[in-house]
Amino acid sequence: MVASKEKLLEVRHLKKHFEMKKGLFASSKSVLKAVDDISFSINKGETFGLVGESGCGKTTVGRTILKLYEPTSGQILYKDTPIEGLLHKEMLPYRKKMQMIFQDPYASLDPRMTVGEIIADPLIVHSMYSGKERMDRVKELIELVGLQRDHLNRYPHEFSGGQRQRIGIARALAVEPEFLICDEPISALDVSIQAQVVNMLEELQEKFGLTYLFVSHDLSMVRHMSHKVGVMYLGSLVEYSEVDELYTNMQHPYTQALLSALPIADPDRAEQSERIHLQGDVPSPINPPSGCAFRTRCKFAMQVCSEEKPLLRDIGNSHMVACHLSNQ
Amino acid sequence: MHSALNKNGDIVVPRESSLVWHDIPDEEFEKLDQSAKQSEVVLRKSKSYWQDAWSRFRKDPLAMAGLVVIVVITLAAIFGPIFSSYSYEDQNIANQNQSPSLEHWFGTDKFGRDIFVRTLYGARISLTIGFVAAGINLVIGVIYGGISGYFGGKIDMIMMRFVDILYGVPDLLYIILLMMFLGNTLESILIALSLTYWIGTARMVRSQVITLKFQEYTLAAKAIGSSNLRILFKHLIPNSMGPIIVTVTFLVPSAIFSEAFLSFLGIGIQVPMASWGTLVNDAIPSLFTQPYQMLFPAIAISITMFALNFIGDGLRDALDPRLKK
Repeated sequence: MVASKEKLLEVRHLKKHFEMKKGLFASSKSVLKAVDDISFSINKGETFGLVGESGCGKTTVGRTILKLYEPTSGQILYKDTPIEGLLHKEMLPYRKKMQMIFQDPYASLDPRMTVGEIIADPLIVHSMYSGKERMDRVKELIELVGLQRDHLNRYPHEFSGGQRQRIGIARALAVEPEFLICDEPISALDVSIQAQVVNMLEELQEKFGLTYLFVSHDLSMVRHMSHKVGVMYLGSLVEYSEVDELYTNMQHPYTQALLSALPIADPDRAEQSERIHLQGDVPSPINPPSGCAFRTRCKFAMQVCSEEKPLLRDIGNSHMVACHLSNQ
Repeated sequence: MHSALNKNGDIVVPRESSLVWHDIPDEEFEKLDQSAKQSEVVLRKSKSYWQDAWSRFRKDPLAMAGLVVIVVITLAAIFGPIFSSYSYEDQNIANQNQSPSLEHWFGTDKFGRDIFVRTLYGARISLTIGFVAAGINLVIGVIYGGISGYFGGKIDMIMMRFVDILYGVPDLLYIILLMMFLGNTLESILIALSLTYWIGTARMVRSQVITLKFQEYTLAAKAIGSSNLRILFKHLIPNSMGPIIVTVTFLVPSAIFSEAFLSFLGIGIQVPMASWGTLVNDAIPSLFTQPYQMLFPAIAISITMFALNFIGDGLRDALDPRLKK
């Protein structure tokens, strides 16, 4: 798979803050910074893997790009066109280009609709095809994801998790998108089913030249799928690079800790490698630590870490790291 | 030890080697006939939510009995008077206050009118009021509650405070005022009953929509590009239909009862038309001398109330199985 170097999607200084109401008589509102100043770009035909712990804002990034959440500030460029300020009608052509696969295959399908209706829904919204042609397209799609035509008249509750996820993929593919946001598409599935779905995603990418934003906390799956990987911590990117560079030359202490948690199949090598145990919990994004957000759990924390927020800096090989350690 | 039954029913103990899965040599595998695939085919017909609910409803004897009673009363109300030789307004002084007989099944009133026919006519009025009022309340309640819940924020605040204000005014007060203003007609009763009865439905729909709008399928619909109204009426409302129908089923008897109550107070349907409420009201003076005049319309009201409430209970169990104890 040779990917062209054409930029499909670029995100610049994206922020998504949620306002939290404290109570009836509280005068100040607190702000949850789910996504705080994130910039990255994805080339056409490539997969960008986004990893991080639960609650670090990975999912919010995906949803904000699709404008399911209104971005607080920053730019989202699709093929160099800014889309962050578009209204519902102006956004429609882009909704055809960008689709999403959801995390929970049980919650993401409307339980009152048949599978056929679910897959036809985007076609109706975008007035694509009509009558018999639409039906043919739906049949084509259900077979594309490895299910059968007679499944179309059934309801979502009659399917297993893996099958439901395929239905979700068929729905996303209905409008012939170029860009798919996969929001932890396999985390709710059995391990045996995960491989099926991931293989299918790869086949589809090859067949249609799709570009993926692959959000996951499964580091080995991200390594397998992605061309580039971004590591998120508490709403910010801490490290961002080509996949092989990142997995062999990790710089940020958080990335190191995260990758050391990967199980190693070879027991001899597993014994040699050292597991880095992080102390404490992820700090609250409502009240993040000053300076570097990771400093409270970082064993290399210095004076400067609490004073200054480290910026993403290129350390060569277009490998970006946000850490004061790598500046020296 | 691991053991198993073979085809002939003998107990076989596998050789040590075959306990480890990767040691099974290829020749021990046997190719299955194509017919084995048949067992994979799902034969059970796919059931929609409504088919499922109906099969649960059918198993509830009280609810089914209620349904039969309502169907019979409705049919009798529509077709009954056609087959009777009496009409609801013909007065016959010679037949005043007759007891029930073969001639007059429910007897006659003080003007010699046949009470059986008048009760059937009363059923027409009462059932019309019940179903039409419930229907109007359904439409207003679903739209109002749906919009309030889905859009949330300030819109929700304003819409719900308005509802609270309406709810705070005693309804009998303005229903009476309205009836004085509009006159005692069927339409004005419907208007009066539709004015506030939708509040319960609206609140229920709102709470349903609020829980459903954070489901991933709502996000999926948004990602597809569905408009807000499409999401609301194509995804959220159909998914709250179960509780909505249950609420509305209980609205029917309460509307019938309210009308009977208003008519009993003398501000309902006007003579010579009859609803069950006016029939009971008319019978008060002769309660001790001709008790049957009140008995039959009162029984009609009670049976209908029971039947509709049983249907409502059955529907609640059928449409929302989680509520069933």
